[in-house]
Amino acid sequence: MKAQLKIAAMLVTLLLVATVALTHAPKVTASANGKITGTVKLDGTPPHMKGIDMSKDPYCAKYHANSPAQLELVVVGKNSGLENVVLYISQGLPAEAAAQKPSTVPVFDQKGCMYTPHVIAMDVGQDYKVTTSDQTAHNIHPEPDPTTGNIPWNRSQPPGAQPIVLNWKAPEVAIPVKCNIHPWMHGYHVVVKGPYAVTDDSGSFTIENVPPGSYTVTSWQETYGTQTQKVTVAAGQSASANFTYKAK
Amino acid sequence: MRTRMIQYRLILSVVAVLVLGIAGRAQQTEFSEQHRLNMESHVGNMTGHATTGAPIYKRFCIGCHGELGDGAGENAQWIDPKPRNFTIAIFRCRSTPTGTLPTDTDLYDTVGRGMLNSNMPPWRPLQDQDRVDLVAYVKHFSPRWVTEKPGTPIVIPPEPPVTADRIKAGRVLFQKLECWKCHGVTGRGNGPSAPTLTDDENRPILPFNFHDSQRFKCGSTDAAMYKDFMTGLDGSPMPSFADNVKPDEAWELVMYLRTLQPDNTLEKQIAKQLGLTPIDPNEPLPDNSPAPSAPAQQPSANPASPTKSNNSGY
Repeated sequence: MKAQLKIAAMLVTLLLVATVALTHAPKVTASANGKITGTVKLDGTPPHMKGIDMSKDPYCAKYHANSPAQLELVVVGKNSGLENVVLYISQGLPAEAAAQKPSTVPVFDQKGCMYTPHVIAMDVGQDYKVTTSDQTAHNIHPEPDPTTGNIPWNRSQPPGAQPIVLNWKAPEVAIPVKCNIHPWMHGYHVVVKGPYAVTDDSGSFTIENVPPGSYTVTSWQETYGTQTQKVTVAAGQSASANFTYKAK
Repeated sequence: MRTRMIQYRLILSVVAVLVLGIAGRAQQTEFSEQHRLNMESHVGNMTGHATTGAPIYKRFCIGCHGELGDGAGENAQWIDPKPRNFTIAIFRCRSTPTGTLPTDTDLYDTVGRGMLNSNMPPWRPLQDQDRVDLVAYVKHFSPRWVTEKPGTPIVIPPEPPVTADRIKAGRVLFQKLECWKCHGVTGRGNGPSAPTLTDDENRPILPFNFHDSQRFKCGSTDAAMYKDFMTGLDGSPMPSFADNVKPDEAWELVMYLRTLQPDNTLEKQIAKQLGLTPIDPNEPLPDNSPAPSAPAQQPSANPASPTKSNNSGY
């Protein structure tokens, strides 16, 4: 009996130590975090982007009188850089880093009957803001897959409408957003867990706040899909990852 | 004594581990459809059970909504608009805000009312209890009813008396909120955006024609129409205007839209006395509402006030 009790007591102590060790694991400080930088390029001739006929809404047509609007399925900028590509860590992120979310609020503006920017990325639970700069009525209608936990909604945005601040509950790459009144208006919300970046007009990006470790980085482009790469980040260092999509 | 305590603790922890394990399993099976057959619905003082609703569903609903509740029954291919897909639990007629689940009563009302301009008939021949049971069975198709709660129903304040001023204000709102872009300047569902509208599954869909019927998609009362603006018809292009329309304004809009409908209502009589004409998007909005600054919408060549417009497009 005594021996059994001793073993039980030892087991309990072990369990306690294990839980304490697990819950109070050393915290990774931001200063030790590294980053992942690089560019996303298009190899080949960029596909022709059709112009958008906005004549049905005189406000929209007038807005683009001097700068005709085009589809944004593939946006190529300086040095064949691909714009609007989202980069995120799809594997290897410690739970603690994945749970942190940025305090910034990405803005999705309705401007000139287009979404500016065309693609925004955000963390699960991170607030984003929908604004309208237009003097014509829109409705904003994100269409996530309801089985992910993100639920579609549809709200009016007449001129002067107050901004809408919301967040998405689950990771989803990517949620299409549309305006039913202006059928050419298309954009994306890309919801990921952990640090992310969106490429600028030269195709470059920087994923900040990456704790040291080995990761799989995924790039997502709305027309060409995803690519992955293995990247190792050293403490406080910058790792590089470059992606190239073949023009189709 | 001390050994007793430790023994108790050991037994307790073993029990705790077992209970947690079983609870974990239960959580997993909540997502299986079989498990969800214990779904209940509550309407008034009636309680519905999915198991009781199943045979009723299989007799009356399966042809269109399908065995899996995904809206792909054998008749679905011949039907437009398509039958609802219950597995994603997105419903047009709700008393709850956009992006939320409807209440059991909302679904119960839809079964009894049917869907205007669709193949969904009013299922009034069914007993009340049958309809409550059906609601429970409809809910069992989607795991959302396990993981989410229905939204909080919107508050509908009492309707103010119908007056000429309110009808005129409603007419201004119809222009200002640009309802006409889909529903047309005369409310016949022929606005400039109408031909390109699609539902959430990219199937073509028509905006409502107010001249068609005295009823609306989600009911025939003024309050039903109030609800349509303020909740939106999820799954369709109709958005929620709750962010941008005050309760008084929503009632004004209801009164104006009643003037477009075929029956001879008080609203229609007043509109006739006023000589109300359909809106003209090119006319400037009255001063009390924030006018768009874009010249594209208000050419200065037309200074006529909205009520005196001589637009013959009716």
